[in-house]
Amino acid sequence: MVPADSTFQKPSSGSPTDAFLAYRFMVLSRVLENRIASLYRAGKIVGGVYLGIGQEALSASVGTLLGKGDVFAPLIRDMAGRLAFGESPLDALRTYLGSRKGPMRGRDGNIHRGRPASGMPAMISHLGGMIAVVNGMLFARRLRGWNDSVGATCIGDGGTSTGAFHEALNQAAIEKLPLVMVVANNRYAYSTSNDRQFACQDLLSRAEGYGIAGHAAQGNSLLSCFETMKHAVAAAREGGGPQLVVANLLRLCGHGEHDDASYVADDDKTSVLNRDCLEVAREEMLAEGRTEADLKAVQSAAREVVDQATAQAQQEPEPDPYADDWRATKSEFQAHPSS
Amino acid sequence: MSLTYIDAIQQAQGRALRENPNVFIYGQDVAEFGGAFKATKGLVENFPDRVINAPISEDAMIGLAVGAAIEGMRPIVEMQFADFSSIAFNQIVNQAATSFYRTGIPIPMVVRLPSGGTPGSGPFHSQSMETLYAHYPGTVVLTPATVNDAYFMLLDGIDCDDPVLFCEHKFLYRWLKAEKLTEERLPIGTARVAREGKHASVATYSAMVHEAVRAAEILSEEDGYEIEIVDLRSVKPLDADTVVASVARTGRFLALGEAYPWGGVTAELCAIVAQECFHLLDAPPRRMNSKDTPVPYHPNLWKSHRPTADRVADALRELIRF
Ligand SMILES: Cc1ncc(C[n+]2csc(CCOP(=O)(O)OP(=O)(O)O)c2C)c(N)n1
Repeated sequence: MVPADSTFQKPSSGSPTDAFLAYRFMVLSRVLENRIASLYRAGKIVGGVYLGIGQEALSASVGTLLGKGDVFAPLIRDMAGRLAFGESPLDALRTYLGSRKGPMRGRDGNIHRGRPASGMPAMISHLGGMIAVVNGMLFARRLRGWNDSVGATCIGDGGTSTGAFHEALNQAAIEKLPLVMVVANNRYAYSTSNDRQFACQDLLSRAEGYGIAGHAAQGNSLLSCFETMKHAVAAAREGGGPQLVVANLLRLCGHGEHDDASYVADDDKTSVLNRDCLEVAREEMLAEGRTEADLKAVQSAAREVVDQATAQAQQEPEPDPYADDWRATKSEFQAHPSS
Repeated sequence: MSLTYIDAIQQAQGRALRENPNVFIYGQDVAEFGGAFKATKGLVENFPDRVINAPISEDAMIGLAVGAAIEGMRPIVEMQFADFSSIAFNQIVNQAATSFYRTGIPIPMVVRLPSGGTPGSGPFHSQSMETLYAHYPGTVVLTPATVNDAYFMLLDGIDCDDPVLFCEHKFLYRWLKAEKLTEERLPIGTARVAREGKHASVATYSAMVHEAVRAAEILSEEDGYEIEIVDLRSVKPLDADTVVASVARTGRFLALGEAYPWGGVTAELCAIVAQECFHLLDAPPRRMNSKDTPVPYHPNLWKSHRPTADRVADALRELIRF
C-alpha cells in the first residue's frame, strides 16, 4: 500500500482513458504560462521564465496518464504535465512570485519546484540529474513491496547528451524499473540544433542500445501523444521495464522569455511540426465529438482558475530573511562554526 | 579476538541491516564479492534483497540513493574508491545536499568513501575528498580515526537524517586493530582529545591522528615536549570549541591533514584559531598537508608526499621554539 501522503491527490479518479482530460490541462497550462509571461514582462517575477508552449500535448499526456501513487519528475517545459499530475496553478504562481507559502518558500524558484513527499521531486537545474532519482523512488517502492507505481520523467534532445541520462537509463534497464522516459525532441537545445547534439538517426534507436522498449509519438498531436503514452505507461505498469518515448515537435517560444529564438531554421518554421499542438488538439477533440461549447467551457474555466490563483499568490507574504531558520541540515548541530 | 577498522565497518553495516529494514547497501561488487575491500563481505547472505551490486555509474548510484531516501529508506552507497565520487559530485552536492533546505525533505543517505593514500595506490586511488564535500551546505562529513569510531560513527551516520559522507581510511582498514569495542560513543560533531599535553596542540582527523600521536611520542622522548592532540572525528560539523579550548591550554597550534594543501580543513582550522584565539597564541597558527601535486605512486615518493610523524615532529619543534 502507498501511504496517502506519498502522492498528489489527483483531481480525477480512476485511470483516464479519455484524451479530453489531457486537453483540459493543455489549455490550463497555456493560459497559466501566458499569465506568467505577462507577469515577467511586468517585472513581477524574480529570475527567469521558461515556457513549454508547443509541447503541451506531450506533457499533458504524461501527467494525465499517471495516477495516484505514481512518480513524476517534470523538466523545464512540463507545466502541462505538472498540472495534470495534480500540481496546483497556485503552487506554480507562488513559486514564480516568491510567496512564502509556496512549496519552495522562496528558497528556490520557477521550474525548480516540487513536492517530493507527494511523488513530485523538485528538479535541479543539472539536466539528466532527475532520472536516477526517479529510479531510486521506484526502486525503494519495489523493495517495500509496492509494485504498482510507475515513474515518469522528461528530458529534451539536448539533455540526452548528458552522462547522467545514459547512466540512469542503463540503470533502469538493469533493474527493470517501471520508468517512462519521455524525450521531447524540439530540435533545439537552447540554440544548438540536433546535428550538434547526437549522431544517430533517431533518438528512438537509443532504446535498442539499452535493451528497453521504444515508442514514437507525433509531438503536436494530442491523440498521438496520448495513445503512445497510454501504451508506454501500461507496459511499464505491467512489468515491461523502462519505456522510452520520443516525440518530435517544436517549441513555439524562445528557450526562455529572454530569448527570441532567431536561430530556428526556415525549414522548421514551415514544417508540419510548427503547427500549434493546441490548434491540432482542438480539431482532434471536435472530430472526436466534443462541441465548440465544450472547448469554450474548458477555456473559461482555465481563465477563472488562473485569475484566482494569481490574485491569491500576489497577496501572500514574501519570504522573510529574519524568519528563515537558515538551516541546510535537519540535524540540529551547527554545521559551520562561524555561521 | 581483535577487530580491525574494516571489520568494524562491516559489522556496523550488518547491524544496521538487521535492525532497520529501511537500510540497504548499493555499490559496485558489494554483493557476493563483498566489496573491493571486503567491507560488505557476507552481508548479502542474510540480506539478499538489500545488498545490491550497482553498475559502474556513480552519478546514477547516488541519484538512486537520493530517490530511495525521499521514499523514506536509508541507503548506504559504497564508492569503490573515494576518488570516483567525483563522477557523482553533482548528485551529492546539488541533489542530496540541497534537498532539505529547498524542499524540507531530508536525505538520510550514507556515502562510504574509501579515502586517503596507501603505498602504490597513486593519483586516482588515494584522494581525500572531505574538504570538497564539507564545503557544501547540507552535508555531514565524518572522518573516523579509530576502530570504535568506525563502528559507532557509521551507525550514527546511518541514523543521521542528512546526507553523510563517511570518509573511511584505506590505510587504517587492516592496520588498525582493537581488542574490542568500548562503550565510548561520542555524538557526531564532538571532537576527542586523543592525547593531553601542554606545549602545543594538533588538530587532525582520520589516519593523520596516528601520525600525530607518533610525532607526540617522539617529541616526548627526545625533547621533553608534551603535545595535545585533538581528533576532530567529523570535519563537518566541526567542533571548534574543543580546538579552541585546547589552544587555550597550550598557546600553540598545528592543523594537520592528509588532503591537498589549498583551502580545506586545515585552512578552516587555522582561520578559526586565528580569529578565536589571537590573544592566546604564542606563535602563528601553522598547518601541514600533503604536497600540492597529485598523489604519487611509488612508496618512496608517497612517503614524502604526505605528512609523516617525523615531519610533524619537526613542524612542532619549530612551532614550540618560535
Ligand atoms: C548539465 C547542464 N548543462 C547546461 C545546462 C544549461 N541549460 C539549461 S536548458 C539547456 C538547453 C536544454 O535543451 P534540451 O534538453 O533540448 O531541452 P529544451 O530546452 O529544448 O526543452 C541548457 C544548455 C543545464 N541546465 N544543465
